[in-house]
Formats: sequence, structure tokens, C-alpha cells
Amino acid sequence: MRGSAIAWLFVAPALVAIAVFFVVPVAAALLLSVTDFDLYGLAGWHNVRFIGLDNYLHLLQRPLFWRALANTLFFVLVGVPASIGASLGAALLLHSPLARLKGIFRTALFAPVVTTLAAVAVVWRFLLHTRYGLVNHGLATLGLSPVDWLGDPRWAMPAIVLLSVWKNFGYNMIILLAGLSAIPADLYEAARLDGAGRWALLRHVTLPALGPILLMVSILTMSAHFQLFAEPYVMTLGGPAERTVTVLYLMYEDGFKWWSLGPASAVAFVLFLFMFAFTLLQARVARHTGAA
Amino acid sequence: MRRPVETLGVNLALWAVGLLTLFPLFWMVSASFMAPGEASTFPPPMLPRAATWANYRLLFAEHGIVRQVANSLLISLLATALSLLFNLTAGYAFAKLRFRGRDRVFRLLLGALVVPAQVTMMPLFLMLKEMGLVNSYAGALVPWLASVFGIYLVRQYALTIPDELLEAARMDGAGEWTTFTRVVLPLLKPILVTLAVLTFLGSWNDFMWPLIVLTEREVQTLPVALAVLSREHVQDVELMMAGAVITVLPVLLLFLLLQRYYMQGLLVGSVKG
Repeated sequence: MRGSAIAWLFVAPALVAIAVFFVVPVAAALLLSVTDFDLYGLAGWHNVRFIGLDNYLHLLQRPLFWRALANTLFFVLVGVPASIGASLGAALLLHSPLARLKGIFRTALFAPVVTTLAAVAVVWRFLLHTRYGLVNHGLATLGLSPVDWLGDPRWAMPAIVLLSVWKNFGYNMIILLAGLSAIPADLYEAARLDGAGRWALLRHVTLPALGPILLMVSILTMSAHFQLFAEPYVMTLGGPAERTVTVLYLMYEDGFKWWSLGPASAVAFVLFLFMFAFTLLQARVARHTGAA
Repeated sequence: MRRPVETLGVNLALWAVGLLTLFPLFWMVSASFMAPGEASTFPPPMLPRAATWANYRLLFAEHGIVRQVANSLLISLLATALSLLFNLTAGYAFAKLRFRGRDRVFRLLLGALVVPAQVTMMPLFLMLKEMGLVNSYAGALVPWLASVFGIYLVRQYALTIPDELLEAARMDGAGEWTTFTRVVLPLLKPILVTLAVLTFLGSWNDFMWPLIVLTEREVQTLPVALAVLSREHVQDVELMMAGAVITVLPVLLLFLLLQRYYMQGLLVGSVKG
């Protein structure tokens, strides 16, 4: 029993820290979300009242919430496949036995992942400038007309997807690369003997073998995409026409610009619910298609 | 070469993707050395006509950015130290020490990963406000004390330590703590470096929580100060690029230096599914 007590001492500091600064706040957020905590609440707890599910019900009646949800879902549904597609393409290139300088390219393609999001968002804001931005300059040399990336409501979120793919594809690329190296060579040999071409190999050997990794990668990437915040904060302030207000951006503005911490907590829980539901959905779809 | 055309194709594609990926970072550095207004000319220049340190000088002399550099450095170093302190012992104990409820507690911890950290931000802010810790380093450090991910990372690595080594140390009369510091810690060194690098980079790059809890210029970290500054100075492209370089360069260099450890953490960490 003495050993057990000492063991608890090893884990106690971490468990206490997680309890005090994570578990308790999560429970407190749930409580906060059923109160009308606002600027007056900040002045004193006697101004705070229990209001049941009113915050949640009001949220469902706010057009801006539905706008934010639609924007976030657009970012998830377009951004996640685009990001994983880019990762897979880059991983396949790097995995090719014909590729040279693999180590250097691996580092180069990974570099954006370790950069500071807020800083590169500032960089991309200027790269995407309608008149002086090099993205439009590049389009012009290809004979395409310029796009008002951050000023046109239709293009603002796709522009953020572009930045996000650039920033993040290296992360999943490394994981997929490890997955590719783990596929046994004789699988390819056997398929080749059956006369499989390059596409057939990719479709019937590589992708099925990567199945479980792809599922894990897509779940993690999706949950990260649901948490879009810094890009709109730095690049668009939620505009134009509220097309880049995300659920988390809404939570930040409600909570820390207007100090409506009660309603903001409700927004946070709705986001959590969506993330949870999408993760379950994805795991279930994967099980049915046999990926996991 | 057996397949010259294919070899050429693969390598050309790699070069194209590589250059495209590095281009924004190259332009950031290049524009940071341009004279004010130079980046906003047509056609947009790739290189400065006459490279100048003026933007950097302005940031340090007039905007006093050295303060934010110090804040970022201090917060990241403290976050790293705290994270090591809390996660190493816990990760090791969950892997190698026997105690009642160990596996159940560990499963509960992993379960907590589904809750996004943003849920805690409103109560955490109120809590820190009551404690008078808003606009203090301590406020920014609170989320970095112990993390489920850190514990998991250390545990997975510690599982590979052979029990015989620990038994031998105990036979020699070493207590649990001595066994940990003398035998286990040296063996955990690689994962210690990994956790340190991941934590340093993570806290340096962190944005949302520092934005919330550090509202005063004097205590702000670089990413937050840069975001605020870039909202005020929309036209000063070159100045902002110098700020971005100062923010990005330290973590980029650290990554290049300790790449091996970083990648290891990434691969262990991603198999948590």
C-alpha cells in the first residue's frame, strides 16, 4: 500500500492542475451557460440570474449564429478534404523512390506548420491584397483576372482555406509519410504481378492500407478546423458581410468584446456538441465503409 | 536511371511544391527589408531596391517591441519548465507505477481530450480575475501546467523502459523518487526534449488565450502584439513584415535545430486515436 501512496504523489500535481484549470472550468462553463452573466455580472455576482436554456434558445434565433455555423461548416467541409488531399499528394511525392533531396524537401514543406499563425496570417493578408498582392500577380501572369480575396464575400472564406492548407498540410504529410513507409513491399509486388497499373496500385493497395491512418488524420484535422479563430481575427475581422465570422469568433466577441460570458459559454457548448457529433459520424461512416 | 521522364516529373513537382511553400516566408523576409511603401507599388517587387534595417529599428526604437520579445520568451520558457515538471512524473507513474484506479484515471484523462479548451476560457477568465491574475504571466501560463497530451506522450515512451532496471534500482535500496531521478529521468531524456520543444513552440505560437488574458501592451506576447499592431497599421506592410519575421524566426530556428525530436513527438502524439 505504501507504493500506491507514493505513486499517487507522482500523479497528484498533474491531476490537481488538470482538475482545477480544466475539469472545474468545464463544469463552471456549463453552469455559466444557463445564467445571464454579462457586463453587470462582471461588476458583482448578485447581478447574475439563472435563466435555464434561454441562452441556447436565443442563440437559435440569432441570424449571426446560423451565419457563423454555415461559415464554420464551409471551412470544415472544404478545408479538411483540401488539406488532407494536399498532405497525401505531398507525402506520395516524397515517398517516391525517384525523388531526390527528400530530407530537405520534407523540412521545407513542414516549415509552415511551426510558424506562428497570427504572424503568417498578417503575411497572407498582404499576399492576398487585390492590387499589390503577389497571389493576384501570379494569377495575372497565368492570364486570370484578379480576385478581391478578402473584400469579396464569396472569396473571403476560400482565401482563409488557402492559407490554412498552406499552413497545415505538412503536419498530416509527415503522419501519412510514416504510414506509407509501413506498407509492406510485397503487397505492391503481388498487385504488380496481377498486372496492376500505377492508379490501380494507389486505389487498391495504398489507399486501403492507409485507411485507419486517414480516418485518424481526418478526425484530428476536422476538430482543429472547427476551432477556426485567429485567421478571421487577424485578416478579416469576421467580414466582409460577416462571411468569416466563425462559431469561435462569435464566442470571442460575445464573451470578451461584449462581456456576455453566459451567452458565450452557450456558444462554446454548441461548438463542442457539433465537434462531438461530427467525430461520431465520421467514425461510424468509416466503420461502414470498412476503413477502420 | 530506369525511368528518366518519371524521375524528372516527380522531382519537378517536388521543386514546384517546395518553392511555392517557401515563397510566403521568403516574401515576408524580403518585404521586411523594403523601404516604407515599397511593397505597395506596381508591379509588386520581389526584392527590396535597397535593403534597409529601418523597419526593425522602428519596431525596437518606437514601438518598444523588445518588451514583447521578452514576454514571449519568458512565458514560453516558464511554460516549458512547468510542463516538464508536471507531465514527466505523471507520465512515468501512469506507465510504470502500480496504484489503484490507475488505468481508469488514465482513460478518463484521454476522454477529456474531446472537450475543446475554448469551453474553459470564460470561467477560467473569471477565476483569474478573482485571483487578480488577468494581465499577468501567471494568467497566461495556467493552461500549460499539465496537459493530457504531455502525460500521454511521456507515458507511451516510459512504457518501453524495462521493469528489470527499476527492480534493480529498488533492490539496491533506492526509493521511488531516487529511482525516478537517477534511473528513469536519464532514460526519458529524448522524450523530455520532445515535450520541451513541443511546449515551447506551442506556447510561443498560442494566440487565443493570450489575446484574452493579456490585454495590456506591457505583458502581451509577440503574436498578440503583432495582431493588434497590424489592425492599427494596415498600410505599413514593410513594418508588419519585420514584426512577423521577429515573431516567426525564433521558433523556425528552434525547429530546424531540434527537428528530430519535434517529428518524434508528432508521430507519437498522432497515434492517440
